[in-house]
Amino acid sequence: MDIHEYQAKKILSGFGVTIPRGGIVYSPENAENKAREIGGSKWVVKAQVHSGARGKAGGIIVCNSPLEVAQATDKLLGKKLVTNQTGPDGKIINRIYIEEATDIKKELYLGLVFDRSSESIMVVASTEGGMSVEEISKKKPETIIRSKIEVAVGMQQFQAREIAFGLGIEPKLIARATNTIIGCYRAFSELDATMVEVNPLVISNQEQILALDCKMSFDNNALFRRNQVSELRDKTQENQSEVYASDRGLNYVSLNGNIGNIINGAGLAMASMDMIKLAGGEPANFLDVGGGATPEKIVKAFKLISMDEKVKVILVNIFAGINRCDWVAEGIVQALQKIEIKVPLVIRLAGTNVDKGNKILKESKINYIEASTLEDAANKAVKALGK
Amino acid sequence: MSILIDKKTKIIIQGFTGKMGTFHAEEMIKYGSNVVGGVTPGKGGLKHLNLPVFNTVKDAVKNTGATASILFVPPTFAADSAMEAADAGIKTCVAIVDGIPSHDMIRIKRYMRRYSRTEKMTLVGPNCAGVISPGKAMLGIMPGHIYKEGRVGIIGRSGTLGYEAAQQMKNLNIGISTSVGIGGDPINGSSFKDILEKFEEDAETDAVLMIGEIGGPQEVAAGQFAKENMKKPIIAYIAGLTAPKGRVMGHAGAIVSAYGESAVEKVELLKECGVIISKNPSVMGETVKSVIEKK
Repeated sequence: MDIHEYQAKKILSGFGVTIPRGGIVYSPENAENKAREIGGSKWVVKAQVHSGARGKAGGIIVCNSPLEVAQATDKLLGKKLVTNQTGPDGKIINRIYIEEATDIKKELYLGLVFDRSSESIMVVASTEGGMSVEEISKKKPETIIRSKIEVAVGMQQFQAREIAFGLGIEPKLIARATNTIIGCYRAFSELDATMVEVNPLVISNQEQILALDCKMSFDNNALFRRNQVSELRDKTQENQSEVYASDRGLNYVSLNGNIGNIINGAGLAMASMDMIKLAGGEPANFLDVGGGATPEKIVKAFKLISMDEKVKVILVNIFAGINRCDWVAEGIVQALQKIEIKVPLVIRLAGTNVDKGNKILKESKINYIEASTLEDAANKAVKALGK
Repeated sequence: MSILIDKKTKIIIQGFTGKMGTFHAEEMIKYGSNVVGGVTPGKGGLKHLNLPVFNTVKDAVKNTGATASILFVPPTFAADSAMEAADAGIKTCVAIVDGIPSHDMIRIKRYMRRYSRTEKMTLVGPNCAGVISPGKAMLGIMPGHIYKEGRVGIIGRSGTLGYEAAQQMKNLNIGISTSVGIGGDPINGSSFKDILEKFEEDAETDAVLMIGEIGGPQEVAAGQFAKENMKKPIIAYIAGLTAPKGRVMGHAGAIVSAYGESAVEKVELLKECGVIISKNPSVMGETVKSVIEKK
């Protein structure tokens, strides 16, 4: 789960990371007032959407008066921000963060992620803040410092100190930098995060070390024990079909093609999408109804796919194990009595009691194309597009 | 021989008296697995499915001599149950459950570092279908009848895609020594490499089919291990050619975040290691067949 910049800042400041003064607003009037409250003579108006690269997309505006702050807020609120990470539809701006402008001396990069090879937490830092980490590793790989943290004992002072010195931070600021790095580590490890990124981490002309922009992501599997984190979910930032799916226990990812998929199991779903591609088609989605493929999940899956206007053919591929094909077939028939499908439907059943399952489908009144293998199913789905 | 489990392996069920535990215990017993009892804290002393129930894994091991266990406990308690099994001397533990937090998985793995290589438990999963040695024993939730007994090992992340492979192989009359589902999570108990090592040592396995997917470094690490250490041929299929970068595809671990983690890149890197690639998921069986016939 992703959260907004201002939420991540609030969390990190609770772990001893210094952040510029700021506040969240929902209207231009609110914004003007907030700017006065913060004080100073220069402010930054920041669109809160779940995406990086907001500055290049016009989502971050520097202002020189509270009136300008109000105008900038008015300009952004309610608009969709399209960045190179949001896709062409962009993301809606419902919240604006007003922050005092920082007098930047040096921009650094600090990130924490899981390292799947060593199964530990990896801190990545660089002197080239402001660029994305992908860009840094392409353009300035020699500046990247990596430090593996042994999770059983946590991050040690010396490890943070080594990173801070590695970043060329002056001796008098080392203690502050060390606290910042350890604060980020603690937030990561204590809140079940999967990513913490402070980019840029800046050294100001006033010799402060400040988190100027932050991103945090959390492990969905751990949200049950992180109430304060799960409350921060903002569904307006997610694809609406994906929200509909996740609220109903389906694993769904919206894609750009026109062949809709209903499949049991994530691996089989990816494999079926691969077959569609090899057959010359493009999948409209990834949809895993779970290994068990219960009738309830199948109904929900058909409902979800039928809402997608891109879909011109639906491919159902279920490999039944303990949940036999006859039971799955009955589920499909029931689903199709409730939901009208207007596009060609290709169904491939496999596994336990496959003959019984196919018999049930044939004897029902549903209009479908039967497929036998994965390859057959993909070919028939692509062929059905032409009709 | 097969790996991890055979006909004699004594199995206990953790979370025995629950609905899932009961259902799958019955399925495993029907298949011929040697289930000797189970654990449900607070229900020790009772009988369930005519088998003894214990309060702790230690009690169960002491009284039954069990060396394998399977967890049917909710994800919130799964880490604790796995560590309890390791501490009680269980040698193979399968965690079926989906939804264990990554931080918990790391905790389990750190905990297990206290054991020497010979006494360390092999944890399989989580988020997997389990282990089956066809014709001998099943420690999982797969449909046993689609697995034919034979001499090819399977290691895979996905449950149903693994079934697909087993079915394709059965249709071509190819049997399986053991099939191991290592699960779709980013941090898992056993990696592809961990299981490859066991297959290389197994006298009854001639070749191994690896069914991988996008995300993480494990498939490529296994390929490199095989290149340096293995004599047996390896066939691999990597799912997720069409998966967009940075998106989680169902499995928590199926996300491309670095170089070498996409399907195309993994296939290239595996080829360099001498692994034979099944070019699509429909020909996994045929590719295995062509390899073992050449041998």
